[in-house]
Amino acid sequence: MEPTPHSRTDGDRMIVNMGPSHPVTHGTLHIVLELEGEIIVKATPNIGYLHRGVEKLGENLTYQQFIPLTDRLNYCSSLMNNVGYTVAVEKLLDIQDPPRSRVLRVLCSELARIGDHLVCIGINAVDIGAFTAFLYLFRERETIYDLFEMMAGQRLHSSFTRIGGLFRDIPAEFEPLCEQFLESCPRTVDEMEALLTHNPIWADRTKGVGAITPENAVSWGYTGPCLRAAGVPQDLRKGQPYLGYETYDFDIPVGTTGDVYDRYLVRTEEIRQSLRIVRQCLDRLRELGPGPVIIEDYKIALPPKEKVYTRMESLIHHFKLIMHGIDMPVGEVYSATEAANGELGFYLVSHGGKSPYRIHVRPPCFPIFNSFDEQVRGRIIADAVSVLGGMNIIAGELDR
Amino acid sequence: MVIERIEAQLPGAVLERHAFRGDATVTVAGARFLEVVDFVFGEGFQMLVDVTAVDLAIPEYRFEVVYHLLNLASQARLRIKVPVPEGAAQPSLASRFKSADWAEREVFDLFGIPFEGHPNLTRLLMWEDFPGHPLRKDFPLDGGDLFCSQDIGASFAPEARSLNA
Amino acid sequence: MAELNLDDSVMTTRLDSVVNWARKNSLWPLPFGTACCAIEFMSMMASRYDFSRFGAEALRFSPRQSDMLLVLGTVTNKQAPVLRQIYAQMAEPKWVVAVGVCASSGGMYRTYATLQGIDRVVPVDVYVPGCPPRPETMIYGVMELQKKIGRETLSARKEHIERFYRSLARQEELQRARGLSSYQVVREMVLEAGAAGGQQIW
Repeated sequence: MEPTPHSRTDGDRMIVNMGPSHPVTHGTLHIVLELEGEIIVKATPNIGYLHRGVEKLGENLTYQQFIPLTDRLNYCSSLMNNVGYTVAVEKLLDIQDPPRSRVLRVLCSELARIGDHLVCIGINAVDIGAFTAFLYLFRERETIYDLFEMMAGQRLHSSFTRIGGLFRDIPAEFEPLCEQFLESCPRTVDEMEALLTHNPIWADRTKGVGAITPENAVSWGYTGPCLRAAGVPQDLRKGQPYLGYETYDFDIPVGTTGDVYDRYLVRTEEIRQSLRIVRQCLDRLRELGPGPVIIEDYKIALPPKEKVYTRMESLIHHFKLIMHGIDMPVGEVYSATEAANGELGFYLVSHGGKSPYRIHVRPPCFPIFNSFDEQVRGRIIADAVSVLGGMNIIAGELDR
Repeated sequence: MVIERIEAQLPGAVLERHAFRGDATVTVAGARFLEVVDFVFGEGFQMLVDVTAVDLAIPEYRFEVVYHLLNLASQARLRIKVPVPEGAAQPSLASRFKSADWAEREVFDLFGIPFEGHPNLTRLLMWEDFPGHPLRKDFPLDGGDLFCSQDIGASFAPEARSLNA
Repeated sequence: MAELNLDDSVMTTRLDSVVNWARKNSLWPLPFGTACCAIEFMSMMASRYDFSRFGAEALRFSPRQSDMLLVLGTVTNKQAPVLRQIYAQMAEPKWVVAVGVCASSGGMYRTYATLQGIDRVVPVDVYVPGCPPRPETMIYGVMELQKKIGRETLSARKEHIERFYRSLARQEELQRARGLSSYQVVREMVLEAGAAGGQQIW
């Protein structure tokens, strides 16, 4: 769509503010669009509207107290942030959690990944105008919420992991509901695909929009589904496996053009692959049988309550861990996990002591949103909405 | 392995090195920084994952700017740290890596470290006339707002019921 | 409603009652969604909890077209003037529900960047605690708002809305006088109010 000759010679550009309060903002962002007619000449994202000071707050809290703050980073898949953070602290401590805990962490990470992709696709669809897909997908997300509530006691911000393992083991009711979820989710994803994948309106709004070359994506620091949609087969679960991911059987979908349609297809296929992993986790849990879900080192993990109430040393360990925190070794680590949006990294600098000296979160959607201007320049406003949805910008992790 | 190659190709560039918990880390002087980056880019470290900084407040230098790089082909990671004294500028990597754009703006915003050659060095997370740089160690956590840490009961009007009486 | 049925075709009641009944059963929310509470709000709008039962299906993202401002999530100091602007643009009658602990009091973020409760910058009618509150809790919060609306009288002037507009005028005056951005002016007004012992700037 060419701008009319009148507006070109006129040189009068219109500035439109998208946000900070706008229906399509995911979390709260502000984009200043310079328009000529309906063509975007320049898009300047303006972030920081959800900058809550998490990194500075982390310097004043103990390592265990930081776990609830990690929940609220990517709030669509809170468990993955918990897992990513505790994996980083365990790397710093050089400890490993028990086998049952590792399987459960993979299980809940994949459930959280499915949940995140359901929200992302649902909201992307709502932004473009397809409200029905959102309702179907949210029905499955409610089942995931039920599973999380059963596991951790909370629907959204579970704070399920602890340093050295997990908060508690899954109850007996978890497995039947999870099996039921594994039955119903593929059917819902099929229903959603029937609505969207071959829908000409969806294709018109998303094909060719926001395409990016692999080299450009790497230069921008893209990771996750957006990078894989661009054609780069980078997935930390395969490339730098953690929590035993190398022992699970799954594929990573890779796209071709990197446009919003490819991102949607990559996310849909990732949901199916995550369901495969969840099935394998359930089988593995049955094989492993009951066991501890947190390490027995009481200098790091809280002793069980029965021991705290009956034995003196356990009481002292409990007191010391709560009041003083863990005695960390001096050093720095960077640990990255494959979160739903990409590489979620935690950089921890410890000078000994109970609080980190510096804790930095590397959010996956930060570099992706950085490229927004390049992605929408020369396109119409409606494409800005599609691209924003396809990028899955979660302001909680973008701004921290 | 890459650290050995850096030391072989650019002798004297690496001030310190370690591989704590398997993370290959080199500390490089500011003057040799761009050479090291160009060298490792050629070695395959073509994704700049993150740029951040640590306020160490030691007498020799105040900040350490930390770069994390990833080699997609070999899945190797590298951390490059550059000591930066108070007030000194760091060369920007925005022309080499597009992801350096916002990452360096964030470091500038939160620490006050200027980056030379950055196309648009303005605040990113805080607003333009925010006083101070929040992640510096001398900036208070509550930013001067006493009610962040005070009891609620003390702040409401005297006739209100105090929760902490 | 105090009513007297006359032949089933005439009903007498108080004007207040019928107007409040209409208002409380057709609250059009403006979801000012900033963070995680917005996700629970989405759940509330979805099929299981179905907020549209309360007449609130018509989500209007324009302040001119809505009457209930649902502040969902953390409001940071950078967002505070934006929130004030949105509240100012809403036409009366208008109500504000602070959903979640971050909106009610700053939540777990006792930092330089987070506003310690939106009641510092806008008048709030109902606070819904929770992090995030379950959809049932949010629905309960809106039901409490409905009860509150039911008790309102048309003749009472909304003193707090007047005070808010005066504080907005004061904010704009300070911006012009000192040449600062709205973010810095609101932040300074909040800090000043805190130092003086009160908390609200309206």
